[in-house]
Amino acid sequence: MAKIVIDGREVEARSDVNLLQACLEAGEDLPYFCWHPELGSVGACRQCAVKQYANAEDTRGRIVMACMTPVTEGAIISVEDPEAKEFRGEVVEWLMTNHPHDCPVCEEGGECHLQDMTVMTGHRERRYRFDKRTHNNQDLGPFVKHEMNRCIACYRCVRFYRDYAGGQDLGVFASHNNVYFGRHESGTLESPFSGNLIEVCPTGVFTDKPFSKMYSRKWDMRGAPSVCSNCATGCNTIINERAGKVRRTLNRYNDEVNRYFLCDRGRFGHGWVNAPTRLRSAGYVINGDMTPVPAQAALDHFGKIAASGRLVGIGSPRASLESNYALRKLVGAGNFSTGMAEPEHSLVKLAVSLLAAGPARIATMHEMEQADGALILGEDVSATSPRMSLALRQIKRTAFNKAADQARVPHWMDASVRTLGQDTISPLFVVSPTVTDLDGFAQDAIRAMPEDAARLGFAIAHRIDASAPDVAGLSEAEAASASRIAEGLLAAEKPLLVSGLQYASAALLQATANIASALAARGKTPLISFVLPEANSMGLALMGGLSLDEIAAQTADATLIVLENDLSRRLDGAQFEALVGSAASLVVLDHSVTPTAIRSQVTFPSAAYSETDGTLVSAEGRAQRFLQVVYPDAPLQAGWRWIADMAQAAGLSHVQPWARLDDLIAEIAATMPVFARIPEAAPAADYELEGTPLRSQTHRVSGRTAIRANISVRDIPPPSSPDTPLHSTMEGSYSTDMPGTLIPFYQVPGWNSEQSLNRFQQEIGGKMRGGDCGVRLIDAAGGSGTFSSGIPEAFRARAGQVMLLPEARVFGTDEMSMMAQPIADRAAPAVVRVGGTVAEGARVRLSLGGEIFTVDAVSDPSLPEGVATCPPHMVSRSWSVPEWVSLEITAPAERVGTESAV
Amino acid sequence: MLGIIRTIWMTFLHMFHRNETVQYPDVKPYLSPRYRGRIVLTRDPGGEERCVACNLCAAACPVDCISLQKGEREGRWYPEFFQINFSRCIFCGFCEEACPTYAIQLTPDFEMSEYVRQNLVYEKEDLLISGPGKVHDYSFYNVSGLKIPGKNKGEAENEAKPVDIHALMP
Repeated sequence: MAKIVIDGREVEARSDVNLLQACLEAGEDLPYFCWHPELGSVGACRQCAVKQYANAEDTRGRIVMACMTPVTEGAIISVEDPEAKEFRGEVVEWLMTNHPHDCPVCEEGGECHLQDMTVMTGHRERRYRFDKRTHNNQDLGPFVKHEMNRCIACYRCVRFYRDYAGGQDLGVFASHNNVYFGRHESGTLESPFSGNLIEVCPTGVFTDKPFSKMYSRKWDMRGAPSVCSNCATGCNTIINERAGKVRRTLNRYNDEVNRYFLCDRGRFGHGWVNAPTRLRSAGYVINGDMTPVPAQAALDHFGKIAASGRLVGIGSPRASLESNYALRKLVGAGNFSTGMAEPEHSLVKLAVSLLAAGPARIATMHEMEQADGALILGEDVSATSPRMSLALRQIKRTAFNKAADQARVPHWMDASVRTLGQDTISPLFVVSPTVTDLDGFAQDAIRAMPEDAARLGFAIAHRIDASAPDVAGLSEAEAASASRIAEGLLAAEKPLLVSGLQYASAALLQATANIASALAARGKTPLISFVLPEANSMGLALMGGLSLDEIAAQTADATLIVLENDLSRRLDGAQFEALVGSAASLVVLDHSVTPTAIRSQVTFPSAAYSETDGTLVSAEGRAQRFLQVVYPDAPLQAGWRWIADMAQAAGLSHVQPWARLDDLIAEIAATMPVFARIPEAAPAADYELEGTPLRSQTHRVSGRTAIRANISVRDIPPPSSPDTPLHSTMEGSYSTDMPGTLIPFYQVPGWNSEQSLNRFQQEIGGKMRGGDCGVRLIDAAGGSGTFSSGIPEAFRARAGQVMLLPEARVFGTDEMSMMAQPIADRAAPAVVRVGGTVAEGARVRLSLGGEIFTVDAVSDPSLPEGVATCPPHMVSRSWSVPEWVSLEITAPAERVGTESAV
Repeated sequence: MLGIIRTIWMTFLHMFHRNETVQYPDVKPYLSPRYRGRIVLTRDPGGEERCVACNLCAAACPVDCISLQKGEREGRWYPEFFQINFSRCIFCGFCEEACPTYAIQLTPDFEMSEYVRQNLVYEKEDLLISGPGKVHDYSFYNVSGLKIPGKNKGEAENEAKPVDIHALMP
């Protein structure tokens, strides 16, 4: 820490930051554009000018750019100095000479950093009377809207898109006043992180396209902290609502998890909560059609069904912990399934046991960013956990920073650090059967089939610590790779190991755990992470239950209750029919119409993540609470409330209704030791700050007496819920000290954009002032760990058959996000990639789960002969596990012939 | 005593003053064009809706009686619905002041009593008039940078032609 003087006020400042950060942390209103807490300083906009004095006697001082000047002990600066103020005023006036008169028709208006900074510098009248420079816009695809006239050339977009996220197709063109940020031609932005441009851009050049279609100003929307449910990473989000509709998803800062950025699946994958596929009333399925019935009638009907036999429950890794627990309690632990089929069920359990028993700490994403050596073993993280891959891309920064330290350049001096680091090698190793987006950043990207990747992993473990079992019959190249990766990991202080369930291989997980044990045995402190399939996979594995295959033996003549789970995605046609057909009746509780719901006798509509509170456990083992933002009309209610109602209707007294979510959470914590800490995930519903509950709307929210005046002019009381700590209206407290888990939106006086986040942090890029977000339920056992010797046989191609591997995709293979229109628009059609050469335009016929499919084929030279990939759930609804299949390739000419014959 | 006599005298004198009673509704009072009465939505000189659904009127409204939803047609923003609950309106004119496009204007019409309160909720069809109201020439899109049908980039007032980003000249 250093002492600096800002306008005569002595403040403590961190010595490894720049003056701009120090001023912001000291609470000064110093305008800036090009600096970003995660992207560092480049000094492009000249907006953060302050006056620095050489010593106490110096009265003249000199103007410096605060973002480019390091904090030094005893530095004397002035933000309020008239000359510095005038300088900043002139800079913003120049920036505004070309800015169009667009604010009323700009999606950024009201939460615009440029508006805030212009007001902050005091510029209000345009003196420049000449022409404004204009630009033509581009169509950047279904996510991002482009309006180049508004650009102030701060370069944040390309610095994020290219330097931080590794995108290639956004660049800067032309020069001086004419600079243009866009693609070489109109087209969809390729990076799966393009949505962050919306938050990174300080003005309205890049705006949210789906949000624009149902636009509302920031001040008009209710906000609630939420947790992304589109993968197991557990990124923190803020969801915004107006008039009963979820309008958009924003990033919510969690210093250990997603920090400043989200992936596009998380940001644009919420639309299904407003879609017509939602269930909004209880229903009977008659002739394959959902027929709405009153909730009480459906419950009475359930009561009759339930009275006739046993109850069997199938939970879901996409439902909240609370709903799963309620179902488990209703049917009994012996009749409860986690809702996962084999091999996913066993693999998730294995992953959790390896994490809990091993010596390696489960890595948070922030720790991943700082790892100085990493191995990704047999998982395409860029598709299965996109946000994690963005964190892994930052590993190159650790190498850059080492180079910068040698040259004594501070880490925030972004352009210099990148120049110094351009020759350094990023200590990242990727072993994967297919090409991944991370290959370009890796020191070594090795193509290996899942079995071979696992063998390589076991071999690496042996080369790190000889007591780990060795692999017999490695090729020379494999042995060399193993030695190289082992050296690379041993050279690191905090080596990181990542694997996952994409290729459904237990050997991969065990190999990764072996490496962790070997590293621990050599005195390293390894970090580990397994990518899990769904938002609550970890929670379900901790809760325990039978797999779908095991529960199938118990469903005969029982009443089967399925909670928020589409079994047709997990079981192939025959298995699905067997399970559903054997049950006396099927009762489905879900928020959307799924093929499983269509097969049910009774359906109950459960609330989506935006309409209720609940807890999810991320792959990191972090229990996090999502809060409701929409107050839905009856009969929509949380799954656990339906289950309590069902118990009442069936006269089952062992499940008594819970009055509040907190009662249920307390019961879970008391009865299941592994969940003992979940009440700490977020404050309880009776939380108060400064004597009042927190509010979820801004003070300036409009239309209170008009918004439902078309229905009735009479006022109704604002909605309320006993479960959520946020008050539904503008009444209540709001402060920068509120808990990180309860922040409904970021706004402080003078700072209306999301940049106001700086004020909510203890230090920029550090912890939230109001405390941590979420609570970790499991962690490493420590010690040295044990070694598994389940080394698989090497992969050997089979004559006449092809190994079909699942090709995970950011857009397309996930269930709920594909019900959101922008994601469905962005998803590319399914193709089968075939190793070797395939004629252009060829198609393949293949049999999956007893069904025949014909799909377009593409040749993929990176795959070996006898191997093909296919996106899971996109061709066959249920297929997702590697399988030997026979592929019949139809040449294009032949295809034309057959089509014309038809 | 003296006070009572003075009061009677004053009242007596009023018999010779001019009558102040206005024979409303047969005789309408004069109201200046700036009078703050019934709110209307105006059109620009081209006959298009002026309202761009920016929500500033709703934000400025102290009684929160304006509600609208933005829609977009070929680059033009417009309100999909625009409702004013006149049973709440206090005719303060803040909405008119806030409006950046001169779309929302108050008129000298105050005769809007109803027997049913619900009838005081005005929808866009009730609010939209066919003329430009008090401001005759202003068209917001002529000064904004957005591209709309009939006005390309660089064709608004004080705008240069769009930059050719492939040109090599500085």
